[in-house]
Amino acid sequence: MEYAIEMKGITKTFPGVVANDNVDLQVAPQEVHALLGENGAGKSTLMSILFGAYNADSGTIKINGQEVNIKDPNVATELGIGMVHQHFKLVHNYTVTENIVLGLEPTNKFGLLNIGVAEKRVAELSQQYGLQVDPKALIENITVGAQQRVEILKTLYRNANMIIFDEPTAVLTPQEIDELMEIIRRLKAEGKTVVLITHKLKEIKAVADRCTVLRRGKYIGTVDVDSVTEQELAEMMVGRAVQFEIEKAPPNIGETILSVRNLSVADHTGQMKVKDFSIDVHKGEIVGIAGVDGNGQSELLYGLCGLLPVAEGRIFLDREDITNTSIRHRIEAGLGHIPEDRQRHGLISNFTISENCVLKNYYKAPYSNRYGLLDQSKMLENSDSLIEQFDIRAGQGSLTPAGSLSGGNQQKTIVAREINLSPHLLLVAQPTRGLDVGAIEYIRKRLLEERDKGRAILLISFELDEIMNLCDRIATISKGQIVGIFNQGEVTEREIGMMMAGSKHDGETG
Amino acid sequence: MKTLKKKESFASRLLSSDGAVSILVVIMGFLVGTVLVALVGRNPLNMYKAILQSLTGYNIDNGKMNVRYIGETLNYTVPFVLCGLSMAFAARAGLFNIGGEGQYIVGLTVAQVIALLGPQVKGLHWILAILGAILIGALWGGVVGLLKAKFEVSEVVSTIMLNYVALYLSRIVCLQLPGATTYKTANYPETALLNNALFQKLTNNSMLNNGFFLMVISLIVYWFIMEKTNLGFGLRATGFNKEAARCSGIPVVKSISISMAIAGAFAGLAGGIVALGSFRYGRVLAGMDNYGFNGIAVALVGNNTAIGTMLAGFLFGMLKNAQALMQGKQIPKEITFIIQGLIVVFIALRSAIALYLDWLNKRQLQKEVISK
Repeated sequence: MEYAIEMKGITKTFPGVVANDNVDLQVAPQEVHALLGENGAGKSTLMSILFGAYNADSGTIKINGQEVNIKDPNVATELGIGMVHQHFKLVHNYTVTENIVLGLEPTNKFGLLNIGVAEKRVAELSQQYGLQVDPKALIENITVGAQQRVEILKTLYRNANMIIFDEPTAVLTPQEIDELMEIIRRLKAEGKTVVLITHKLKEIKAVADRCTVLRRGKYIGTVDVDSVTEQELAEMMVGRAVQFEIEKAPPNIGETILSVRNLSVADHTGQMKVKDFSIDVHKGEIVGIAGVDGNGQSELLYGLCGLLPVAEGRIFLDREDITNTSIRHRIEAGLGHIPEDRQRHGLISNFTISENCVLKNYYKAPYSNRYGLLDQSKMLENSDSLIEQFDIRAGQGSLTPAGSLSGGNQQKTIVAREINLSPHLLLVAQPTRGLDVGAIEYIRKRLLEERDKGRAILLISFELDEIMNLCDRIATISKGQIVGIFNQGEVTEREIGMMMAGSKHDGETG
Repeated sequence: MKTLKKKESFASRLLSSDGAVSILVVIMGFLVGTVLVALVGRNPLNMYKAILQSLTGYNIDNGKMNVRYIGETLNYTVPFVLCGLSMAFAARAGLFNIGGEGQYIVGLTVAQVIALLGPQVKGLHWILAILGAILIGALWGGVVGLLKAKFEVSEVVSTIMLNYVALYLSRIVCLQLPGATTYKTANYPETALLNNALFQKLTNNSMLNNGFFLMVISLIVYWFIMEKTNLGFGLRATGFNKEAARCSGIPVVKSISISMAIAGAFAGLAGGIVALGSFRYGRVLAGMDNYGFNGIAVALVGNNTAIGTMLAGFLFGMLKNAQALMQGKQIPKEITFIIQGLIVVFIALRSAIALYLDWLNKRQLQKEVISK
């Protein structure tokens, strides 16, 4: 049988890492082929080689049976390969059509731009493949889902027969994900070959025909999706049995720890991102804030931890008004924070694990004496014990620079530091973003343990699965306002998705 | 595969070691300097003879030894090191202190004022003058820190402007001092001088003075604050990642103000030492001494560490002392400035060198993998 894409024995090394080690990939024509693997498994490298962004050290690539040398993305485009990147490559103040034709602008015989022709073609394409966009709309005015459709149209406009999707659902709401799955089916029906890079098993089960699994740069196998369960796929990906649903005891809810009243917070540009926001978090429960990225979650968190000033409203922690207090005061009052951006807010990458572990209490006993001198041995003792307790994998132990850790171990370091401070309230944002399955499992388990110890936890996540799995109560946020608050089990994922998109829940007043 | 790994770690080790890069860069600076001397038709050997003499006091040409040169080199080293520490201290907290020159000038000015007008008590007079220099330097730098921390005024702009304010303010003040002409004041009383009889005896009457001790103490203080105190911990955290430091509750505003003040104190001390140690009279400055600006280069070469700044300051002091000797050997003294400049340029090129080594390394790997 002749494959649409056949990559054989692909090896690619970067200084110090073998990203792909003798990897094979065979994609049949007109199939949806999933490429599954954890972060760092080599999926993106393999696809970058196919798309000509990298050159392989060894191995061969055949397209429709012909051996080819894809030395840059232009060659890939000529061969009919298109790629929809995870981070869209769009010009925000250009129209949809202008973005699509960028680099291939149609001109009339005088060499002047003829955008009308292009608009017609774009309209045709979007009709044919069911990709609804307004060809004349500006990118900055359309939704993320529509922007992704523009990226797909871009590849179709360049006559792509093989379309690679790189983690396409990371930025979408559940409804948009459903729509995308529909689009992928449509593309297949119209004769296109699709490669879907993902680590989400649900999507693979929903749309893919076959699935190739990579682990740590090595080819593990290719399976028919219908013949395996999600559990089996996960085991292939991780290399061991994985526990999906977390065992969770019913919450033992105590007194109110955090009380937010009519909070409004503006971002750096002065735009009010959180409006009239009120919520309570009690001892022993995890309250989740579900919403699409950019609806005020970050600003809410910054307002609570003191990184942004509060415009209006009050924040009470253990009945103390902390609305206008310093960040250090809030930390001392019992506020822990696992920040959304661990590189920017969570860690100092040039500092060692040992130093990072005392970032919030280095100035106090036992790490400093009353003359302000640091006690290195106490710092090391502390981090040695945390490394042990939290299973942080670090080459040089406590003295490893935080920057050289993997994402999962960086996150574990932050989680270790925050839990070690025994906060009354733990603000947690996107705790498992970009982590591999093992680390995700571990961090979720730890958060539940903290809940059961009687901490109050406020969790922000863009992964609805995570919210549904972990939280005892769920608040949905849209445009900086609460749309509804529910107990776990009262709503379905689908209803929450609707609310994330901004529509009020039935029967919910205010 | 094993040899492959070894090569990789060697290249990356070379790159990751700031010290190794600095040494490499200094050697490159000298090499290019040597070529330049040869290009203008002079014998580069004479340049190295001059440098050797400023380093050891030994004159190869006539076989004579004069330890005074060593003393002078060390004396020149003092302000370079202190101004280097000034730059380095701010840099560790993430700030760019171009104001070393201004802080140096105000320190020098106040030291001169106290030397000429202060109480002439033996053992106390010069200490008062030096303390005054340190304090005014700290104030001059601290103001910048406060502006930066409170109102987000760029320290680069404010320090550059304050350099000129310092220079002209110094002229206004010094012209009012006893016995002031357009370029100098009356001689200091003996009690204000920093000279050290033992040093003078040891080094054949060089200008080396008590300022040398102050430099050594400063180096220790710098290292101690940075590495051993929780103040230094907060400053370093702020310097590496201001956002993370803030998020962790480290008082960033305070850190910035304090670090600029301490940076200013080092430069002010340098001014005080030069005023009282290298001259017997106050100077009415017509231009800048440039120690403050050279401190930027010293800190860059020294990678903002105490030991690195000491070595780099010594290198600059040695070159400065070698200037006169070079001229005596038909080598234009400007070559020392060129070498200093080249060193800074090469330091700036560091990332380019890193990229090149990275590329070489990658090609090597690819070859080996393919041949396998």
